[in-house]
Amino acid sequence: MKYDVAVIGGGPAGLAAAIEAHKNGAKVILIEREARLGGILKQCIHDGFGLVRFGKKLSGPEYAEIFIDEFRKENIEALLLTFVTNIKKLDEGFEISVVNRNGVRKLESKTLILATGCRERTAKQVSIHGTRPSGVFTAGTAQNFTNLLGELPVKKCVILGSGDIGLIMARRLTLEGAQVIGVYEAKPTPSGLTRNIHQCLHDYDIPLYLSHTVTKVFGDERLEAVEISAVDEKMNPVAGTEKIVECDGLILSVGLIPENELAESLGVKLDPKTKGPSCDGSLMTSVDGVFSCGNALHVNDLVDYVSESGEQAGRAAAKFSRAKRNRVALNAGKNMLYIVPQSIDTEADNAASTVYFRSREELGNCRLIIKCGEKTVFEKKYQFLRPPEMERITVDFSGVDSDITAEIEVAEK
Amino acid sequence: MNLKTLKKKIRKDFGNKYQVTASAGVRTVTGESADWNEIISVCSMCVDKKHGIHVVNDVKFTGAEIKPMRLPAISDNALEGAAPDVLIIGGGISGASIARELSKWDINILLVDKESDLAMQASGRNDGEVHPGIDLSKGSLKHKYIIKGNRMYADVCKELDVPFKRCGQYVCFDQAAIKPIIRLYALKRKFVDGIDDTVVISGEELKKREPEFNGSFKYAIYNPMAGCVCPYGLTIAYAENAVMNGAKVSLNTAVTGMKVENGKIVSVSTNRGTVKPKIVINAAGVFAEDIAKMAEDRFYSIHPRRGTNSILDKKSGKLISSIASIKKLEVNSGHTKGGGLLNTVHGNILAGPDAVETWEKENYATRRESIQTVFDKQRGTVPSLTERDIITYFTGVRAPNFEEDFVIEKGRKTSNLIHCACIQSPGLTTAPAVALDIEKMAVEMLGNVKKNENYDPIRKGIPVLREMSAEERDTLIKKNPDYGEIVCRCEEISKGEIIDALNSPICVPTVDGIKKRLRPGMGRCQGGFCSPLVTKIIAEHQGIPVSQVRKSGADAVISFGKTKGGESR
Repeated sequence: MKYDVAVIGGGPAGLAAAIEAHKNGAKVILIEREARLGGILKQCIHDGFGLVRFGKKLSGPEYAEIFIDEFRKENIEALLLTFVTNIKKLDEGFEISVVNRNGVRKLESKTLILATGCRERTAKQVSIHGTRPSGVFTAGTAQNFTNLLGELPVKKCVILGSGDIGLIMARRLTLEGAQVIGVYEAKPTPSGLTRNIHQCLHDYDIPLYLSHTVTKVFGDERLEAVEISAVDEKMNPVAGTEKIVECDGLILSVGLIPENELAESLGVKLDPKTKGPSCDGSLMTSVDGVFSCGNALHVNDLVDYVSESGEQAGRAAAKFSRAKRNRVALNAGKNMLYIVPQSIDTEADNAASTVYFRSREELGNCRLIIKCGEKTVFEKKYQFLRPPEMERITVDFSGVDSDITAEIEVAEK
Repeated sequence: MNLKTLKKKIRKDFGNKYQVTASAGVRTVTGESADWNEIISVCSMCVDKKHGIHVVNDVKFTGAEIKPMRLPAISDNALEGAAPDVLIIGGGISGASIARELSKWDINILLVDKESDLAMQASGRNDGEVHPGIDLSKGSLKHKYIIKGNRMYADVCKELDVPFKRCGQYVCFDQAAIKPIIRLYALKRKFVDGIDDTVVISGEELKKREPEFNGSFKYAIYNPMAGCVCPYGLTIAYAENAVMNGAKVSLNTAVTGMKVENGKIVSVSTNRGTVKPKIVINAAGVFAEDIAKMAEDRFYSIHPRRGTNSILDKKSGKLISSIASIKKLEVNSGHTKGGGLLNTVHGNILAGPDAVETWEKENYATRRESIQTVFDKQRGTVPSLTERDIITYFTGVRAPNFEEDFVIEKGRKTSNLIHCACIQSPGLTTAPAVALDIEKMAVEMLGNVKKNENYDPIRKGIPVLREMSAEERDTLIKKNPDYGEIVCRCEEISKGEIIDALNSPICVPTVDGIKKRLRPGMGRCQGGFCSPLVTKIIAEHQGIPVSQVRKSGADAVISFGKTKGGESR
C-alpha cells in the first residue's frame, strides 16, 4: 500500500500535519509510538494552551482532544504503539519499517513528515557530578510520574533551570504537597515565559535564584542533598560559593533538544542553531519529500505554533511535487538566536510566508530588519524581545532572488 | 632492597613517622599520617617483587575518617544454618566466573554479594577492554594469566551468549626517533611473550584504518587480539550459568564476621544468618583485605584507586572503531595511568579511565576534573573528541595492592580459604583463566568431589530484537506480542525483553537491574522517556505498588506514593 504522506509522531504537530494533509486530498498514515495520541500534551494538565489559536485557556489534554476528535472524524489511518525502526529512501518516496504488537511491517509513502518532538537535556549534559542516587528527574519525567502514573516523585526538592516545564512542575509539586525549596537558573535571566514565572513561582512564594547552578549531588541511594554554586558570566561555577541544600529530589529543566535521529539517518541537514532540520518556507528539509514540524523543527514555547507548523508541513507534503526548486538562504544575522525557515524557494508562492525567530538576548526598543541585498523586505519595531519568547511574523518574500538576512537593530540595550 | 636499607631510606625521606617490621614474607608498615599519598609512597617503597614480599599497611590515617563498609538495609535469617561446600564472597567478574567453573562439580555453591545486583563495583564500572597483554612484567600473575584469558574470550562469550568483539588496539606514537625501539618491542612480544600478531604500522596505514585519529602520529603498534566485552553483561551471564547449574546466589548479603578455629574458618556471619561453609573463596574486590583479616589470613593491603569513564552518544561512534591509547616516553610504573578510547560492544565511545589514589573504597562520586583530564589527554588521539557528546559518566574504584599484582593462592595461615584478591586491570581479561585455576584449588581442597552430570556450559541470553532480521523479529513477535511493544526508544528495547529479564535466573527487579541486563536508560535520553514505563512494568510483574520499586538498593526510592488524586486510579 502506498501513502502520499506518512506522519511520524502523534503529538500536536503530527496531528495537525495529518489532518491538514488529509484535507488537501492526500492519503495519509500517522505512526505513533505510544498507545494514545496527543504526545506530551497528555501529561500537561495545566492550562494556558490554545490562547493564540482558540482564544481560550485549555489544558493540554483538552487542546489535544480537539485535534484527536477531528483526526477521528476524518477517519485518518493511524498506527498506535508502533515504532519506526528504519526509513529507507527509494527512487520515488520512502520505505518505512515499523514494529508493533502485530509484528514487523513495511510501508511506502511518497513523502514524510517528521513530527518527532524533542527530548530533555539530562543531568550529565549539564555537567552535574557526584553520586548516582534516585530522585534526580528531568521535569518531563517527573511530570509523567505525577500526572500520568499518579505517583509523587519528590517530597522536598530543588529545581534546576527555569524552563517552562520546570516552572510548571514547581507549582504542580507544591499543589501535591511537596516542598519546592527554590528554582535555580544558571543564566542571568529566566528561561521560561514571563507568565509562568508569575503564575508558578511568585504566586506560590517559590524563590528564583538567577546565576546559580547545581554542581554536585549527594546520596548513595536516594538523593540527600545538592550543592549549589554561583556562576560567572561564562556560566562557570565560582569557587567558594558552594552551598549544600538538603533535599530528596532534583528536578531538571535545563533545555530541550529536537529529536532528529530519524532525520539524520536520511541525510537531512540540521541547523546547528535550532538543532532541527534546515527547512524552506514549505518546511521541507534538505531531502526532497521530507518535511519537519513542531518541536522537532525548533523548540516552541506555545503549542499553538506547533500546530501551525504542522499544518504548514501537512499542506506542503500533500501538494508535494518534484518541481524545480531555487533556494536562497534566510540567514539569522546580528542579535538573532535563530530563524525558521532557513531558506526560501523562489519558485514557490512566498507572498505570505510564516517566519519564526528568537533574539539572542533580552533587547529593548529594537527593530527587526529583513534584507535581500540592499533591499529591505520587512521591518518591524519591538518594544521588547526576549529569547524565551518566540516571535512569529508573516513576510512577503515575493520577488526575492538572492540570499536574505534578518537582523535586529537596537536603539538601546 | 633489604630491610635495613629500606628502613634507612624511609627514615631519610620521612623521618621517624613510619616503622617497618618483617616476618614470613610480609613487611608491615606502622605509624601515623594525615597524608594518604605519603602512606602510599612509603608502602610502595617496601615492595620487593623479586622476593615475593607482600606489604601490609597498618599506618593510622588521620587525614579523614575512613567510613565503614556500607551494609545492606535488609536483615533476616534467610541463610541461617546453610552449609555450602563453597562460599564465594563477591559477585564481581571474579566471583561469578569462579561460581560457574565450580558448578561443573556436584557441590553446593553459595555466592554472596552485599549489593542489590551483581557487578555493582569494579566489574560494573569498567571499560570492558579485553587486553592484549602489553606492558606486563614477566613473572607476575597478570602476565601468567593474560594470554590464556584473552584467548579464552571468544569461546566463553559464545557459550554464555555475551557480545564480544575483537576490535584490536592501537598504541600510537608521534616520535619518529624511537621507532627502532618499538620494533624491538614487537620482536620481544613475539619471541619472549609468545604473542606473534603484534605489528608496527605506519602513520599512513593508521590514517586509513582510523581516519579521525590525530594526523601527527608517525606509527602505531597494533595488537589485533585486543577486544571488548560488556563487563557487567559477562558477570551476570557467568552467574546465571552457575545458577542454572545449581549454584545459589544471595544478593544484599554482606559478610560481617568469621569464626576461625585452629586455622580454619568454622562459620561466617552475614546480615542474613550464619553460614558454615567447608571452604571460602575471597573475591571481595576492594574489601578483600577486610575479608582476609576476618579470616585471620591478612598478608596484603589494598589501596583503592579511583577511575572515571565517560560514555559518548552513539552518533560519535564513527570517531574510532577500535581501542586506542597514546604513548609518551615515560617510565611505566606498572599500573593504569590515563586510559584510552574504546568503541564498546554497544557502539558508544568510552573515554577513560583516569587513575587517582583514594582512601575511600565506596565513594563513586564523579568529579569534573576527572572528565577534563581524560578528554584533554584523549584529544591527542582523536582531535575532534568533544565533551558535548557525553551522555553519562561513572566512577569505579580499583582494588590494587602495593605489589600491583594479583593475589591468587590458598590461605597462608587459614587452611580452608582461597584468595582471589587485589584484582585490578587486566582482571576482566584474566578472569576466565583465573577461574579455572581457582576451580582446581577448590576441588583439591574439598577432595573427593564428583562431576555434576547435568552441567551445561551454555547460557542463552535474552533475545536482542533490534539486532534481528525483520523475518526473525516478526516470528518472535507473532509468538509473543510484547516483543513488538517498544518501551525504550533510544536503545529499541521491548516490553517482552524487559519481562524476560524479570524472569531470568537471577531476577533483580529494579530499574538499574533491568538497565544492566537490557540497556533501557543507557541511551541518549538517559531514561527520561522510559523510566516511568520500566518502573510500571516492574511493579506489575512483581505485583507491588510503584512506590515499592527501587532504582537499585533498598533505599533508592523512586516514588513516595500516590499523589492526592492518584488513589482512585
